[in-house]
Amino acid sequence: MNSLKYLYAAYIATWLIHAVYLGSMVRSYARLRQQMKELGKGEK
Amino acid sequence: MKRAFHIFAVVTAVLLAYALYQALVVAPTEQTMGDVQRIFYYHVPSAWTAFLLFFFNFIASIQYLTEGKPARRAVNWIVIAIGIVGAIAPFIPQVKQQLPVGMYPSSVATTALAIAGLYFLIGKLFSGQALDALAVTTAEVGVVFCTIVLVTGPIWARPVWGIWWTWDMRLTLTLVLWLIYVSYLVLRRFSDSGQTPVLAAALAVFGALDVPLVYFSIWFFRTQHPQPVIGGGGSIDPRMLHVLLINWLAFSCLAFLICWSRYRLEHLRREVEEAPLC
Amino acid sequence: MNLLWSITLATLTKDIRLEWRSKDALNSMLFFSLLVVVIFSFSFDPNAEESRQIAGGLIWVAFLFAAVVALNQTWARELRNQVLDAYRVSPAPANALFMAKALGYFLFVIILEAVMTPLFIAFYNLRALGSAWLLIPVAILGTWALVVNGTFFAAISLRTRSREIMLPLLLFPIALPAVQGMVEATRIILSGDGAARPWIVLLLTYDVVFTTASLALFETILHAE
Repeated sequence: MNSLKYLYAAYIATWLIHAVYLGSMVRSYARLRQQMKELGKGEK
Repeated sequence: MKRAFHIFAVVTAVLLAYALYQALVVAPTEQTMGDVQRIFYYHVPSAWTAFLLFFFNFIASIQYLTEGKPARRAVNWIVIAIGIVGAIAPFIPQVKQQLPVGMYPSSVATTALAIAGLYFLIGKLFSGQALDALAVTTAEVGVVFCTIVLVTGPIWARPVWGIWWTWDMRLTLTLVLWLIYVSYLVLRRFSDSGQTPVLAAALAVFGALDVPLVYFSIWFFRTQHPQPVIGGGGSIDPRMLHVLLINWLAFSCLAFLICWSRYRLEHLRREVEEAPLC
Repeated sequence: MNLLWSITLATLTKDIRLEWRSKDALNSMLFFSLLVVVIFSFSFDPNAEESRQIAGGLIWVAFLFAAVVALNQTWARELRNQVLDAYRVSPAPANALFMAKALGYFLFVIILEAVMTPLFIAFYNLRALGSAWLLIPVAILGTWALVVNGTFFAAISLRTRSREIMLPLLLFPIALPAVQGMVEATRIILSGDGAARPWIVLLLTYDVVFTTASLALFETILHAE
C-alpha cells in the first residue's frame, strides 16, 4: 500500500528526533565531565 | 540511584518495544484510513506527554515566582479552590448538562484533583533552584515531544485527508504552544544566568495565560471559517484504545527517563558553573 | 494611588518631551512606516473585493512590524543613558514606570497608525462596508494589546544578548490571538459580513488579562538579578 511509506516516515521521524536530543545530552554530559575533571586537577 | 535509573531504562526499552509491536502488528487495521492510521499510536501519546510536561513547567514557574512571597498563599488557595470546585461541580445537574459530549463528570473531577495534587507534590519535592532546573527540563523535553506531534501530524494528514496542514483547533494550539516554549528556550539561552530563572518563569506564566485566549480565538475563527477537522472525535474501538494506552505508558516512561537525565545534567552543569575558578 | 498616577504622568511627560525634542525616532519611524505601506502595496495588489478580505491582515502585520521597530528604538535610548538602572534604584513604584512606558509607546504607535492608515486606504481604495466606526475600538484595543506585551517583553529583552531579535521572538507567539482578533475584526468590518463583536470582546479580554499580568510581574523582572 502506498500510504505505508508515510507510516514508516512518521515512526522513523519520531525516533530520529528522540535520538538527536539524547545524543546532544550525551555530548553535554561528556563535556561537563571533562570540565569537572579539569577543575578537579586545577584545584590540586 | 544510578542502579534504579539503569533498571528503569531497561524496563522502558522493553515497554517501548512491546508497544511498537502492539501498534504495528496487534492493533486492528482501521477501516477507512488503513495502516497509516497506526501513526495515531505515536502521535497522540506524544501530544499528551508534551502537554503534561508543559503543565509541569507552568507549575514550576509559578512556584518559583511566588516562593517566599505573600502571593504564594493566594496561589495555594486558588489551587485548592480549583481542586474542590472541579471535584464537586461536574456532578451538580446544572453543570453536568453543560459538559460537552463524551466528557464524563468523573474525569473532570479526577483532572481537577490531579492538578491540585501535582501542584502540591511538586511544591513539596522541589524548591528554589531545583524548581528552576525542573522548569528548564520539562520545557526542553516538552518541546521535543511537541516537535514529534507537529511532524507526525502532517505526515498522517497528507495521505488521509490530502492536506499537510489546516488551522484547526488541535494543530493550531499545538503549534502555538511549541512557538511559546521555543521562545522560552531561546530566552533562557540568551540571558545571563543570574536573571534567567525569573525572566523565564515570567514568560512561562504569560504563555499559560495565552493558551485559553488562543483556544477561543481559534474557536471563533472556526465558527466563521468551517474547515476539515483532523482526527475527528467519536468513540474508539476498545482494542485500539488498549494499544493507545500501552503506547502512552511506554512514552510516559520514556519522558520520565529523559527528564531524569536532563535534570541530572542540569545539576551537573550548575555545579561546574559555580565551581570556584582558579 | 495618587502617587502612582503622578509618577506615571511625570515619567510619561518626560518621555514625550524627550521624544519631541529629538524628533529623530519619530521622523525615522514615520518614514519607515511609509516604506512598509509602499512595499506591502507593491507586493500585494488585489482587486477591490479581495482587498477588503486581506487588508485587515496586511495593515495589522505592517503595524506589528512598525511597532516592534519603534519599541526596540526607544528602549535602546534608555539603555544608552543608563536610565533603567536609575529606575531600579529609585523608590518609585515599578508599576508607574511600566504604565508610563506603555502609555508612551501607545501614543507613539497610534501616531504611526494614524499616518499609515490613510495611505493604506488610498493605495487599496478601501471603503468599509460594515460599521466603520467600530474600527476605532479595534484599533485602540489592538494597539494596546501589542504595546502592553511589547513593553513587558522589551524590558525582559534588555537583559539578553541579541536584544533586538529577542523582542519580536517573545512577542509574536504570545500576540497570536490578539493579532487574529485585530485582523478578523478589521476584515469583518471592511467586508461587512459577520459579527465583529466576539473579536472585540476577545481583544478586550486579552488586554485586561495581560495588562494585569504585566503590572503584577513587572516589578519582579525589573529587579531580577
